[in-house]
Amino acid sequence: MKRVGLFVCHCGLNIARTVDIKDIVEKTSKRSDIVFAADHKYLCSEPGQALIKDSIRQHKLDAIVVAACSPAMHEATFKTIAQLSGLNKYNCEIANIREQSSWVHDDPQKATEKAHIIVSEAIEKVKLNEPLQPITVPVTRKVLIIGGGIAGIRASLDVANAGYQVYLVEKSGSIGGRMAQLSETFPTLDCAICILGPLMVEVYRHPNIKLLRLSQVEEVRGYIGNFKVKVRQEPEYVDVAKCNACGECAKVCPADVPNEFDFGLTWRKAIYTPFAQAVPPAYVLDAKNCLGLLPQACGECKKACDQLGTACMNLDAWPQTHELEVGAIIVATGYELYDATKLTEYGYGTCPDVMTSIEFERMLSASGPTLGEIRRPSDGRVPREIVFIQCAGQREPETALPYCSKICCMYTARHAMMFREKVPEGQAYVFYMDIRAGGKGYEEFVKRCQEERGLLYLRGRVAKVYEENGKLIVKGVDTISGKRVQINADLVVLAVGMIPSAGSKELASTLKASLDANGFFSEAHPKLRPLESPTAGIYLAGAGQAPKDIPETVAQASGAAAKALDLLSSPTLEREPTVAQVLETCSGCGICIPLCPYEALTLNANTNQAEVSEALCEGCGTCVASCPSSSLSLRNLTDQQILAMIEAIVA
Amino acid sequence: MEKTFEPKIVGFLCKWCSYAGADLAGTSRMKYPPNLNAMRVNCSGRIDPSFVLRALASGADGVLIAGCHPGDCHYTNGNVKTLRRFRLLQRMLDQFGIERERVRLEWISASEGERYARVVRGMTEEIRSLGPLNWKTTMEVAA
Repeated sequence: MKRVGLFVCHCGLNIARTVDIKDIVEKTSKRSDIVFAADHKYLCSEPGQALIKDSIRQHKLDAIVVAACSPAMHEATFKTIAQLSGLNKYNCEIANIREQSSWVHDDPQKATEKAHIIVSEAIEKVKLNEPLQPITVPVTRKVLIIGGGIAGIRASLDVANAGYQVYLVEKSGSIGGRMAQLSETFPTLDCAICILGPLMVEVYRHPNIKLLRLSQVEEVRGYIGNFKVKVRQEPEYVDVAKCNACGECAKVCPADVPNEFDFGLTWRKAIYTPFAQAVPPAYVLDAKNCLGLLPQACGECKKACDQLGTACMNLDAWPQTHELEVGAIIVATGYELYDATKLTEYGYGTCPDVMTSIEFERMLSASGPTLGEIRRPSDGRVPREIVFIQCAGQREPETALPYCSKICCMYTARHAMMFREKVPEGQAYVFYMDIRAGGKGYEEFVKRCQEERGLLYLRGRVAKVYEENGKLIVKGVDTISGKRVQINADLVVLAVGMIPSAGSKELASTLKASLDANGFFSEAHPKLRPLESPTAGIYLAGAGQAPKDIPETVAQASGAAAKALDLLSSPTLEREPTVAQVLETCSGCGICIPLCPYEALTLNANTNQAEVSEALCEGCGTCVASCPSSSLSLRNLTDQQILAMIEAIVA
Repeated sequence: MEKTFEPKIVGFLCKWCSYAGADLAGTSRMKYPPNLNAMRVNCSGRIDPSFVLRALASGADGVLIAGCHPGDCHYTNGNVKTLRRFRLLQRMLDQFGIERERVRLEWISASEGERYARVVRGMTEEIRSLGPLNWKTTMEVAA
């Protein structure tokens, strides 16, 4: 029989406040199957780990149970210390008495009783654990990066500069993402495209980066170190290598389409360049708005292109599927904005002079619809009175978004300041709830905008915006003076919140990476593993994980790249050996074979028994549960172990 | 005063979604009754329906199986197989004369700590009102 030791952690008072540690140690040490039991204030600390190590040696333990926090937290820590003390690490089990007992129950007696059961479950399991050796598999030393915004660009460059191959998959016709649409960035007022453009070009020219535009990830199979990915690329009617972006094709195109880059404030043709600095520097044919390709209705663009001799167009192009093999995946899918038409009280969608912040951003841009001049969309006049409404549809758990998008206080100050610069005689009002300007130089920036530009900040919410005699009537409250306020404005700008990009949910399903309650990609641990998804080998960068600004996005992208490089730095990788195993009693009925999602099970024609490929098996155990003769087993989660744990619970 | 009946519930939680959801309930310090004891399994697809029957036969008053939402399974579709087995198990429970409410299959994601707490609260109350199953003692009497 195994010599099992128990170590109980106080976790300061986190566990000890509700669970009677002394009682756990005393009663458990009386069990016939326990050789040694001890407790420590912080088992994860160096002295705590030393206690485990010394006790394993002193009491010749060959299995340990650590009753502490969730295995998601410190299982790796304690398994490592077990291994360092001469145990096989699979002879270490965690009893989670913090997240599943002390933190969720108030009654100390009941919490202690439950902790006893949790400990007992772990003891029963560890007694039946077998020592295992990790399975070694090769690592494909390439990275897939999904999303070509600033996060994807930064991560691609970092991985590629380290010497590894990158596939950068971008949904639209050009990389650049949201940042390419911005006019200036806070707090330094750098021109966004001026600092982004060179990076985009660097991506395009980098020998280690393969850029796939008009592409989306369709299927992901495999596991960390060995993903097999299918990427679907929409038909490339324009040969990116040949196109010199002369624009003759667009000149003859008869189809006018609202330009999504300017949020419909300008028009483009069905064949177009997404924006002046687009990368790859090639035109895109928008098949949806083209007069017709099958059968061909017009074909003027191709004629113009052929006449010039460039001949880069092929109107018979088909979608392509790229099959890629990569070791790591970085998700950098970014954000879009909350649909402002849902905020009916602010009149967006019905009053043309109510805009969202990103539409205003386009208007401020020197390459935007008004070439940087601020104009009312309704009549083209320069507005005199402008109202900015912060937290529009944000921090409203009942009706809209429950969270804060973090960047709006900053860009609103910048917007109001730019307005005053461009319209010196104008007046800017900002309705705010509170100013959140945490960040290097941020508070100073907001103060400077307010003081130097004479912005009027009103603390309170706006109740209603409506049109009357060509003016927008903004009715709100100033909670500092306690008075109701009415402003007759020419233009209203809504700071709407950031939401995850469309398609995040589908992508999360494809990747088997989880999303949080607001639809952003979940990180493995909010404090300690913010760059990783809970699914091994998938890393996160940018606003697809949570609202964040450009410096934070860039920092996270470089961090995610470093994580991926860490994985690629070794040619092999260790995999969990807790896989399925076929027992001698297998009769070869084959029920299990089609159930395996990884095709890890095959029927051996010679022995007429099922066989498990350990390199493919992920250890889910679905096959094990299906076997009518109990001839399949999951290593270290066998039927016997589960039944023993059931007994421990109901005893 | 008569002591209120405290049901014993066995919970099988998949480690990717539901166990992480239960952990989130803990980290968020949500409170729920201590009647359910969880077991961390790789996938809800690991759960052989006979485990459920064994738990009930050994003295449990209820069983919870919790996995990822359909489409979100870490192992592609283990939870779908669980659902199929669960439907058959329900018919078997009917034949045993065991109330269906005693065995639940729930989809709880890693972000749904609140939902986990609610499920445990709801199940505890529901089974409390059904009363003890007493399968073990009934069998002993019959034998």
